[in-house]
Order: sequence, then structure tokens, then C-alpha cells
Amino acid sequence: MEIIQQIALYVIQIAVMMGFVLFNAAYLTYAERRLVGRMQLRFGPNRVGPFGLLQPLADGIKLFFKEDITPAKADRGLFLFAPLLSLVTVLVAFAVLPFGKGLWIADLNIALLYLLALSSLTAYGIIVAGWASNSKYALLGGLRSTAQVISYEVAMGLSLVPVLMLSGSLSLVEIVEAQSGYWFLLVQPVAFFIFLVSAVAETNRAPFDLPEAESELVGGFHTEYSGMRFAFFFIAEYAAMLVVSSLAAILFMGGWHPLPVHIPGLSDWLGQVPSPLWFLAKVYLFLFLFIWVRATLPRLRYDQLMALGWKVFLPVSLANILLTGLGIVLWPYVLGWWG
Amino acid sequence: MITLVQGLFLYFAAMIVACALVAITRHSAVNAVLAVLLMFFHVAGLYVLLNAEFLAAIQIIVYAGAILVFYLFVVMLLNIRTEELGRRAHPYWPALVLVVAGLAAVFVLLLSRSLFQGTPDQYSIALVQEAGNAQLVSQVLYRDYYLPFEVASVILLVAMIGAVLLARRQWAEE
Repeated sequence: MEIIQQIALYVIQIAVMMGFVLFNAAYLTYAERRLVGRMQLRFGPNRVGPFGLLQPLADGIKLFFKEDITPAKADRGLFLFAPLLSLVTVLVAFAVLPFGKGLWIADLNIALLYLLALSSLTAYGIIVAGWASNSKYALLGGLRSTAQVISYEVAMGLSLVPVLMLSGSLSLVEIVEAQSGYWFLLVQPVAFFIFLVSAVAETNRAPFDLPEAESELVGGFHTEYSGMRFAFFFIAEYAAMLVVSSLAAILFMGGWHPLPVHIPGLSDWLGQVPSPLWFLAKVYLFLFLFIWVRATLPRLRYDQLMALGWKVFLPVSLANILLTGLGIVLWPYVLGWWG
Repeated sequence: MITLVQGLFLYFAAMIVACALVAITRHSAVNAVLAVLLMFFHVAGLYVLLNAEFLAAIQIIVYAGAILVFYLFVVMLLNIRTEELGRRAHPYWPALVLVVAGLAAVFVLLLSRSLFQGTPDQYSIALVQEAGNAQLVSQVLYRDYYLPFEVASVILLVAMIGAVLLARRQWAEE
């Protein structure tokens, strides 16, 4: 009986989490179209339901009834497999994200490495899709994406090392708890900036959306995809935005801790608000930033993108690690010297 | 009756062998690389089974996430067609058979000698579970064996500088 109960519990947890993620992914597309519309002095979708709120539903129904086309000379097995791979690697990341005090599915002691491993696997979905489509646009999009993801993964991984050094743990829950005194953003602004930019590059979002630069590559790796398979890539992209936004909130902005610095009376008073709300507020702030950046900045050229990753972010994040190490070693002496 | 752990081990072991066989028998290079990817996942599964989840994560990040992506990248850039490779035997196949036989002999020798039996020292399973895998690995690497570790880093550095130098020379000639 106990095993059945345990399994039922897992299934419910997964169902709730999937519901949350899919709802957010669907309404992120709506929020993005509305916000970008406003930023470009248009209205955006406002016809379907009040304020266009039913637009994601309409889009979903449309995609469901679209014809599912497989190109004639495509590698059929891999062509069908690639969208699933993209989506699954993103969705399993949500298992380790702590949404609030005591609100997580699993607290792995290597959670951060687990997430880095998953983010490195997202390249496969894209590159396999690009190759299996048997189309030059898709292949070029896939190749670009691989180069981009590999390059920015290095910078992203290195930008997270100072966080590990400060918290002394790879568990996301322990990293959040280590920030009860102050957010790591306050002591690691450089790492935070590098992480944020690399995260935009990792999720293939503008201004780093070279894999699907429509002016030169048609649709990039998903040129040949239609219907729900195309939607899978889309959901995966928005879910990945949700993951990296959550990560930014967890690693640098104290997760569910309400204030950047612990103020004895005020922090406890604000702590009465349910902790997931603080966390989600930060996540949505980052998601807004994603959309804002997309509406504001022009796309980088390919060589600019590579130069930024390898010649700027890599050395700066290495120097940052060195400085953080020095700081951690020297800090006790500074305190002793002070008084 | 086999236990759950034994069952999982058998599954991982069988899949590793099967994926390796698929990888070396495919004519499509991309399919072969993807079979290797599947194999790496099962190797990571074996690590998790051994309470070495840190190694499992590193396995995925380094091998699946970095090295294999590069393989795939190269295979796609060269655009190796299945037909071009053909079905003829490799001209040096007797040498290959010798190498494989030699490796198999070493492997059998190792197994019969049970080199890996070793006495359980301070790093017991209980300690690993309590202190965390990453911490213990770092202690062993950076405290107990820091000299060999540094030597390995220097060797890698030399390889890196060599690669940069070769690329630059080519650049200069152009």
C-alpha cells in the first residue's frame, strides 16, 4: 500500500508542476506579445476573450489541428524524437527548483550540477532537429545553436562558481538558506550580470537568437516543423526561460527571502507573506526583463556573439572567481584588523 | 531472486554494451554518436547506483554535454554521407584484432586478480552519504592527491597551448 501511496504522491506532484509550467509557458507567449506590442506602440493580441486573454488557448487549438508534416528525405525517427528531447530536458529541471520554504519536489545535493547537465543537453534537441530535417536552413540553425550553447555554457558555469564558494553547497535549498543574511547579488554583481547574459544566450532568446534568425535562416532549426511538434520547441523555449529566471532568483536574489539585507523586524514582518509569492515575484521580474531585452536590443552578429563569450565573459568570470577566493580567505583578517 | 539494485545494474550494464555495439555498427555517423550519447547516460546511471552522483553529473556535463556535442558538430560539418563510407573491411583489420585481443586479455587478467577488491578505508558509503559526494571528491583531489592533480593540469595546459600555437601558425601562413 505504501508504495502505491508514494507513487500516487509522485504522480500528483508531477501533474501539479507540469500544469504550472505549461500554464506559465502559454501565458508567457501572451505576455510577451502584449508587452512587445506596447513597447512598439501597437496593441498586441486583444481580440480573443477579454484583453485577448484566451489567445494562448486559441493558439493551442490551432496548433493541434495543423497538419503534422514530415519532410520527404528527413531522418524520420530522429525528426520525431527531437522535439520530445527538447521538451523533456527542460521539464525535468523543475524537479529540483525550490519554489518556497519547504516547497520543492527533490532537494538533490548536486542540484546545481544537475541543472547544468540538463542545460547542456538542450543543445541535442536543437541540433538533432536541424540535422534530421534534411534542410540547409535547419542544419545551419542547429550548428549555430550548438556553437552558441557550448560557448555560453562555459561562461555560465564559471559565473556560478562564486555562488558555490560563498554558500559552500551545490544544493539549491542550502544556497537559498545561505542568503538569509544578504543576497549574493550584493557581493557578486559581476557574476550575476554574466549569468544573466549567458542565460539569455543559452535559451536562444533575442539578442542572441541567431539559431532562428529569420532574416537569414528562415525559421532556423524548426523551419520544417509544424503543428504540435513545432509547439513543443516553443513550449521548451518558454519553459527554459522560466528555469533560468528561477535560477537567477534562487542563486542571486535570495530565493524566497523578501529583502536584500536582513533587517530584524521588517524581514520577519514581510516573511509572513507566503514564501512562494516572493519567489514568483522575482521570477516574473526576470521574465519581464527577458521580454524587455528582446524588444530593445538588436540581434548580435555571429562573430560578435563568439567574441563576447570567449574573449570577454570567460576571462572576466575567471578573474571573478580568483577575486572571490581572495576575498573569502582575507575577509576574516580584515574583520580582525577592524576591531 | 535479484534485488532492485542488481536489476538496475543488469539493465545499465546490458544497455551500455548494447549501445556500444550499436555505435560501432551504424553506417550513419550521426546515429552512432547518438548511440554513444545513450551509453553515456547509462554509465551515469551506474555512477548514481554507486552513490557517486557527483561523478554522474560530471559525466553528463563533460562527456554528453561538451565532448559529444563537439563530435556531433564535426560529423555534421564534414557532412559524412553513409554511402561514401561503404561496407568494405578496414585495411588494417589484423592489427585491430590484435589490439582488441590484447585489451581483452588485460581485462580478463584484471578481473581474475580482483585488483579492485581493496579494503574499505575511511571513505565508507555512510560517510559519502553524510558529507556529500562533491565535498569528498574535492578533499581527495585537492588535499590528498594535489600533486598528481597539478601534474595532470599542467599536461592539459601544455596541450591547450600547443593547440593555440598550431592554430595561430596556420593563421599566420594564410
